[in-house]
Amino acid sequence: MRPGEIGQLIATDQQATPKTEADLALAEQVLAEVMDPEVPVVSVVDLGIVRKITWRDGHLSVLITPTYSGCPATEVIELSIREALVQAGFVQAEVVQRLDPAWTTDWITQAGREKLKAYGISPPVGSASKRSLTSVAPQVTCPICGSEHTQLVSEFGSTACKALYRCLDCLEPFDYFKCI
Amino acid sequence: MQKYDELTEFLLRMGDSALVQAQRLCEWTGKAPALEEELALMNVGLDLVGQARNWLDYAAERIGDGHDADSLAYRRDERHFRNLLMVEQPNGDFAVTMLKQFFFDAWQYPMLTQLSKAKDERVAAIATKSLKEVTYHLRRSSEWVERLGDGTEESHQRMVKAIDALWRFSYEFVELSTQEQSLSEAHTIGDISSVATKWQAMVNDVFARATLTVPDAAQPFYLASRDGVHSEHLGFLLAEMQYLQRAHPNASW
Repeated sequence: MRPGEIGQLIATDQQATPKTEADLALAEQVLAEVMDPEVPVVSVVDLGIVRKITWRDGHLSVLITPTYSGCPATEVIELSIREALVQAGFVQAEVVQRLDPAWTTDWITQAGREKLKAYGISPPVGSASKRSLTSVAPQVTCPICGSEHTQLVSEFGSTACKALYRCLDCLEPFDYFKCI
Repeated sequence: MQKYDELTEFLLRMGDSALVQAQRLCEWTGKAPALEEELALMNVGLDLVGQARNWLDYAAERIGDGHDADSLAYRRDERHFRNLLMVEQPNGDFAVTMLKQFFFDAWQYPMLTQLSKAKDERVAAIATKSLKEVTYHLRRSSEWVERLGDGTEESHQRMVKAIDALWRFSYEFVELSTQEQSLSEAHTIGDISSVATKWQAMVNDVFARATLTVPDAAQPFYLASRDGVHSEHLGFLLAEMQYLQRAHPNASW
């Protein structure tokens, strides 16, 4: 069964009132509650994955962009978004993926950065547009004790979007959300 | 061999190269020299699988005939693969693996930089996305080449042996086919005429820091990956990669 069909069934079942263009704000609220499956404290809106929410041809259309080309969470994110929208009554919602413009960590909201830090992941430092092949390593702060005395262990961590660091003061290992 | 139009052939070259390189990286699962290295190898592999899917999706749309990225990956025989010879070579030890990765990254980086300026918007979008990831790949692989080359007597010797084993396949990084030249001149895929010199410059620079000697330019020989004439290793790799879809067509989870 395809996600759209599930939506139809639920809608018939609950006799939901059809949503209209006036409900765009509600859709935004719903999306702000859809969490990233790998980092369940930040929403897809916080991460800048949701690019555009519009009303088109009588239904809701959500434009999303993948973080990394091979991020295995992309499909789960698309499904969770659809599911949340359907449950909120947007039964015909379409979710469209687009690569261009390419996702950048610069799109992570300030609130998203605070949540990452509270979760124990150091948020990206600086602007992605200034990073290049030869640029100097960023000054990463330990999310646990706040020390700047940290060391890169590997630029590749537990997921594609994170690097592995260790704090030289509190000695804890931690994840750093890479700046891309 | 069936030849598609120039752009489709080029998309297959990009997609197949990323795919085969990713498959080789995944062979390290469970046996990398350190946990952090295993994570890094798999991360790079994952990025490349994603990039391969983006290129092959586009190629499949152009080919039509009911193809999608999966059918191109799992249902074509080796004579239909357009990947670089370098990426299909066996992993060998860690030195061979990292040198292969470095050669590939040093090619992808200038290639994607140019492709990101392509007139074809889809090519530009995939390249722009991929380039962000490849920047990380290249930084890591070039650091490893430097560390191993300029490391211990043992690691240096292993890098020398790795160069010996792989260099013969490097001619593909510095030559363009006439089809690619025409795509490049029309700017359909951006001007890629400088990729060869940038690849060579990157290799020269990293090898110098790694105290390794750059061999004389490799000469083309009878293998020609653009025509599907591969080394004997690709068939074995595909046999493993395609097993499930061959044995249980359209299996999914």
